[in-house]
Amino acid sequence: MKAWQGFKGSEWKNKIDVRDFIVHNMTAYTGDHTFLVEPTAATTELWDQVMNLTKEERDAGGILDLDTEMISTIVSHDAGYLNKKLEKIVGFQTDQPFKRALQPFGGIKMVENAAKAYGYQIDPEVSHIFTNYRKTHNQGVFDAYTTEMRAARKSGVITGLPDAYGRGRIIGDYRRVALYGVDRLREEKLADWNTTRKVMDEETIRLREEISEQYRALDELKQMAATYGYDISQPAETAQEAIQWLYFGYLAAIKEQNGAAMSLGRVSTFLDIYIERDLQNNVLTESEAQELVDHFIMKLRLVKFARTPDYNALFSGDPTWVTESIGGMCIDGRAMVTKSSFRFLHTLDNLGPAPEPNLTVLWSTRLPRGFKDYCAKMSIKTSAIQYENDDIMLPLYGDDYGIACCVSPMKIGKQVQFFGARANLAKALLYAINGGVDEQSKAQVGLHWRPITSEYLTYDTVMENFDEVMDWLAALYVNTLNVIHYMHDKYCYERIEMALHDTDAERISATGIAGLSVVADSLSAIKYAKVKPIRDESGLAIDFEIEGDFPKYGNNDDAVDEIAVDIVSKFMKKIEQNKAYRAKTQTQSVLTITSNVVYGKKTGNTPDGRRDGEPFAPGANPMHGRDTSGAIASMSSVAKLPFSSAQDGISNTFSLVPEALGKTEADRINNLSGVLDGYMAKKGHHLNINVFNHETLQDAMNHPEKYPQLTIRVSGYAVNFIKLTKEQQLDVITRTMHGRM
Amino acid sequence: MSKVGHVHSIETFGNVDGPGIRFILFLQGCTLRCKYCHNRDSWKINAGKEMTVDDILTEVLKYREFFDASGGGITVSGGEPLIQLPFLIELFKACKKEEIHTTIDTSGGIRLTNRTEPLLDALLTYTDLVLLDIKLMDPAGHKSLIGVPNDHILAMGRFIADAGTPLWIRRVIVPGLTDDEADLKETADYIKELNQRGTVEKIEVLPYHPMGEHKWAELGLEYPLKGQRAPTSEEMEKAETILKAGLE
Repeated sequence: MKAWQGFKGSEWKNKIDVRDFIVHNMTAYTGDHTFLVEPTAATTELWDQVMNLTKEERDAGGILDLDTEMISTIVSHDAGYLNKKLEKIVGFQTDQPFKRALQPFGGIKMVENAAKAYGYQIDPEVSHIFTNYRKTHNQGVFDAYTTEMRAARKSGVITGLPDAYGRGRIIGDYRRVALYGVDRLREEKLADWNTTRKVMDEETIRLREEISEQYRALDELKQMAATYGYDISQPAETAQEAIQWLYFGYLAAIKEQNGAAMSLGRVSTFLDIYIERDLQNNVLTESEAQELVDHFIMKLRLVKFARTPDYNALFSGDPTWVTESIGGMCIDGRAMVTKSSFRFLHTLDNLGPAPEPNLTVLWSTRLPRGFKDYCAKMSIKTSAIQYENDDIMLPLYGDDYGIACCVSPMKIGKQVQFFGARANLAKALLYAINGGVDEQSKAQVGLHWRPITSEYLTYDTVMENFDEVMDWLAALYVNTLNVIHYMHDKYCYERIEMALHDTDAERISATGIAGLSVVADSLSAIKYAKVKPIRDESGLAIDFEIEGDFPKYGNNDDAVDEIAVDIVSKFMKKIEQNKAYRAKTQTQSVLTITSNVVYGKKTGNTPDGRRDGEPFAPGANPMHGRDTSGAIASMSSVAKLPFSSAQDGISNTFSLVPEALGKTEADRINNLSGVLDGYMAKKGHHLNINVFNHETLQDAMNHPEKYPQLTIRVSGYAVNFIKLTKEQQLDVITRTMHGRM
Repeated sequence: MSKVGHVHSIETFGNVDGPGIRFILFLQGCTLRCKYCHNRDSWKINAGKEMTVDDILTEVLKYREFFDASGGGITVSGGEPLIQLPFLIELFKACKKEEIHTTIDTSGGIRLTNRTEPLLDALLTYTDLVLLDIKLMDPAGHKSLIGVPNDHILAMGRFIADAGTPLWIRRVIVPGLTDDEADLKETADYIKELNQRGTVEKIEVLPYHPMGEHKWAELGLEYPLKGQRAPTSEEMEKAETILKAGLE
């Protein structure tokens, strides 16, 4: 077959096994970045057009156009183009760039509210159908939620739940479309459908229905490609086709799912095999290769969803989490770094910095020097890259995993994550002190635990109560998620993404915690200083007086860091005591994204001295300004959190001024690369790196029009700084910037 | 019981005082009285927090991964670190046993005597790099700006050069005070003298900045260089060019 000419290995030909194909055919690259080339004239022209449309969108208040009538499916819209003559990679979610799709299966209310917020109105007929005839995920969830679940959701002790919109985080193995063509994938699904168990219990019936949905979605994928003039029933024959086939697979997914995170997987080294073959055969030049990558990345930057203001307050800046995982090591000891790993990062130069796709380097201390230095160089220049520790993930996930959303690893095509938002542990600690009464609403949210009535808080009593509260919270939380995922499977099934998975893919049920540093510091204050609750007339502790000093998380001091470690492993164990819907494995993350601001707003005064409403630290970061022993002391505290108890990821964001990294560019690259190696050697999991000046951010706040592409990293993703809410901009600016001069 | 040092403060993430990522130990106590001092609170001798060599080594070793990855290590700065020679010797001896790169950031502000010379010799056997700050060559100007004469500082430079320890020479550029062309040329000549054995690896010019001003205010003192401006990048480049002649 022409498509596979020159490709080595055989196992991947006999069964669907993209990893085997990559391992047999990749050309590892250990050199530096000097081979990279400038954008072509077509690229620049297209990007200028995008920047103009971006400005129009901003001027229009955030949305340029919204489809209010046509329900988005894989085949719903005609082909859409920026400039058909110039685009090497084609395809938009609707028939026009910047026109957002109508995606009501997650919840019709969310869609209506999103439209209303931007001055649009959904076609009443659509509203009518999705209210009266076609049930949505959102409605299903609320049919099953208990009173207790609603109360916990309302108070914010469990929050950010994907119960009104798509859960996302499921990564289809889009590479399969390019390598095998759609017909082969359909054959495999048909074979799986014909060999299910014959006893029709609920599980088997559901599986058979799901495989049928997958099979149908694959057919629609072919139809969609045909509207752009491509027949993708057979494997891709060229680099251009491989990228285009793969992108069609991804496009089908984002046409149907408005998931919180719609991640891409790990495609650069896979695609490099096609690029390398075309370069060897002299049918492609380096400039053309870079152009293909630039045009592909441009499409990924234009993924758009219609979302509500509530949603934006949680996850600010219009994020889509088109996360692409780059680099990492192969089990055989080679680095999986190819020239295309460089080409992908180089788009930050050719198109300028941008938050999407969420470029994620799987960092190993064993990566080649040339690549490490290039990553550091681009981080210093753009603040657009995040890093995750391949050395600790490879033993658990092998060498073909990818990151979904911010920090969640999964084996591509073999594991599916059920996204679980997060539990607010800081609030839970207050429940432990106040006997389950919410400190803000005064409502009884938790059980009637015995409140603490002593004059001073004692560590043992608080811990004893907190332990009970966490038992309750973990059970309630897992059960809430079970309702959500049951209904999502039923009413908003990810049929194309699941079609690009093994039929027997393993499900992972993810949870998460917020407020870890607040809890650690609060417990440290109670243990090492004296904390006196101040109670209102009903006896509710509404504030705390701290007498004396106490060790604070973020200073590499075991006295408090071990409290944080203990909480993480304890809560994970409690999660695991509850059975998760359809999932064998359960995980948790220490991640907040930008929701640390909203969680803080919803949480009263805490015993660490944090004021009512004050933001939490993002992710696993120490509280703002309390990590006073220098950046690597702060990082070392975070690195102590055990990945084994937080396999859904531990997010850490690190911001500093360029001058603090060294005097020359070479020094800065060396030292930043050293920071990454050091952090990973200490078993830290994730690191966002921001290198910028306060003044730049201040100026961007006042003159957003001057900084259309200013990108910063916030807890697991990157955003356009000017798209953040004012509150979040201030939160970023006031947070500790490491580096004294 | 290991020796006790008087510590002003610790910075775990130093990237501008020696190669790579460095653990910066600021020792308390200084013999100089620089008008532009940005750590005014570090002058008083025998004050600060008392820490043993073991205490500090334990802290330093927590960051070994970062030093190894970046070619970094420990830099002892001040105040004037050489005031606490016996402590410093033990600290560096312990660091070298753990194969940690050691650097002293000094203004050369102690006198060579029968007591200090053998101690300095001992210290330099455990020292990988010395950052030596030459504020001014002109003795009168030095006395006025730095509060003390500079003959012993220049002698200290020669002593270190003779011992063969690698040197980085540094100069803070305070416009109008330390960037006089003749003085910079004289400094270049001095650097040439120190570099007879090729041990001067680098020359660094550091821009004066007023960020230490608040520390004077906190101590109820008037900042002597009130209104002093920072140098322009042209002034910095010019000074660097003149000084670098010392390496030719």
